[in-house]
Amino acid sequence: MEFQGLTWKFGADVDTDAIIPARYLNTSDPDELARHCMEDADPEFPNKVKSGDIIVAEKNFGCGSSREHAPICIKAAGISCVIAKSFARIFYRNAFNIGLPILESAEAVDGINEGDEVKVDVDNGVIYNVTKGTSFKSTAIPPFMQELIDAGGLINYVRGRLNR
Amino acid sequence: MGMTITEKILAAHAGKKTVAPGELISSKVDIVLGNDITAPVAIKEFEKIGVPDVFDKEKVVLVPDHFTPNKDIKSAEQAKLLRSFAKKHELTNYFEVGRMGIEHCLLPEQGIVLPGDVIIGADSHTCTYGALGAFSTGVGSTDMAAGMASGEVWFKVPESIKFVYNGNDLNEWVSGKDLILHTIGDIGVDGALYKAMEFTGPAIENLSMDGRFTMANMAIEAGGKNGIIAPDQTTIDYVESKAKRPYKIYSSDDDAGYDAVIEYDVSQIEPQVAFPHLPENSRPVSGAGNVELDQVIIGSCTNGRMEDLRIAAKVLKGHKVHPDVRLVIIPGTQEIYKQAMKEGLFEIFVDADAAVSTPTCGPCLGGHMGILAKGERALATTNRNFVGRMGHPESEVYLSNPAVAAASAIMGRIVGPGEVE
Ligand code: SF4
Repeated sequence: MEFQGLTWKFGADVDTDAIIPARYLNTSDPDELARHCMEDADPEFPNKVKSGDIIVAEKNFGCGSSREHAPICIKAAGISCVIAKSFARIFYRNAFNIGLPILESAEAVDGINEGDEVKVDVDNGVIYNVTKGTSFKSTAIPPFMQELIDAGGLINYVRGRLNR
Repeated sequence: MGMTITEKILAAHAGKKTVAPGELISSKVDIVLGNDITAPVAIKEFEKIGVPDVFDKEKVVLVPDHFTPNKDIKSAEQAKLLRSFAKKHELTNYFEVGRMGIEHCLLPEQGIVLPGDVIIGADSHTCTYGALGAFSTGVGSTDMAAGMASGEVWFKVPESIKFVYNGNDLNEWVSGKDLILHTIGDIGVDGALYKAMEFTGPAIENLSMDGRFTMANMAIEAGGKNGIIAPDQTTIDYVESKAKRPYKIYSSDDDAGYDAVIEYDVSQIEPQVAFPHLPENSRPVSGAGNVELDQVIIGSCTNGRMEDLRIAAKVLKGHKVHPDVRLVIIPGTQEIYKQAMKEGLFEIFVDADAAVSTPTCGPCLGGHMGILAKGERALATTNRNFVGRMGHPESEVYLSNPAVAAASAIMGRIVGPGEVE
């Protein structure tokens, strides 16, 4: 899996209320949720973001609620991948379960400015800053997570097991 | 080496003699929980798996508590999805408005969650039940769907951090809320990321069950996977009359391995207030300065229990809420509501000019029943003060215990209960 896109940078501890405020959770329609993606962190974000863009953030991205609407709305907004110094636990799990690629790399976050063009090689965990001509390693995806990705997400994985 | 309580519960549910931190396991679950926000997504995913039934109709619990009584048409549609799913699968534990309470107050009260259980809930504050000595953690809707179908869930066994609260007596007006706010202030909102938070020490042994729920409830606010307190006589007294199935008591071995041991002296801990916009911004109420308020909320899965309402009533009795402040009090469940009524607490609240609501999450997540306008400021006994949590992105939420909240509602600014009169 490879992605290339322009980056949007966010700070530390971006919480799930900033990613998708609860006032919009009376629906679970991904496109409707995407219209409010990151709204409380940057009200203009839903209008600015383009398909294929990449979110880059400091530590503890996605802290707070367990709402899967958070990774769902990021994916539906067209974001191809999120790179952060660290992810909150439930967000990390949810992103894999729904198939939103996420990578942990402190050096990449420090080495990317907003608007830089970045290429991500998910399989090998390498992040290239195309604008600056630099590259970074990300933390390896745990083998079980890789298995989930290969199966096409948790639902397919469980379906495979239960219907065997 | 011995095992921690968390490791022992996980090992037992994975059918293993021992487990170690970092190990990946497939665990049996005793309860799978969802609410009116997360279950609709889970139900869609469940249907994709293609199994006819949930793994056990007594063990899948649905509680429509966030936007109920339905606040608008879309919420009504979501709640309807839950209702039809519960009917179709003949779920024993579906709680309709009128029987419903805030999930994390309701499940322990109804004896649905018990010591030694493994519980997953599509709600981050599922960690609350760790107060009973269970392994309980929040997951997303897809995990909930997989759990409903298979009765199993995968986990990485977490490392544990042991928190020891030394000293027997808490200072006046200090509660479980203050211990946990102080702890999060100390270690930060990712201070226990991916880890089990084990709360121990003499002050925990002396803490009421309600105070323990409050502490375990906020483990997620430090990034924790679960919070846990080993069962003792207090726990057994609480569950004995409620349990309808057998349960098991676990405790950590003396030689169990911890990632860290952190000790506090509770005589040094005052009532706390967390400033916007993170729970880690906690400081003693005496150092709050002059923070004027528009609204005060007493309720939520953190502090909407009987003890919380009694403390609020004790402070409010004979006083009036400040003319510039709106005080909303929300009992956590119907049983708490009834008990508060019996004890005459509602009369005290209403005489003080407070609004009393039926059980709901309501304003805690900015749902309904007390949304903030631009520039408004609230003090709440809830667990999160993120940007926009209770309404407009330019409003502010401060967090405290119920005594501080009640006193502040009277005075119109953030104060400790000692400053009333
Ligand atoms: S009371 Fe608040 S924190 Fe608790 S379950 Fe409801 S919305 Fe979540």
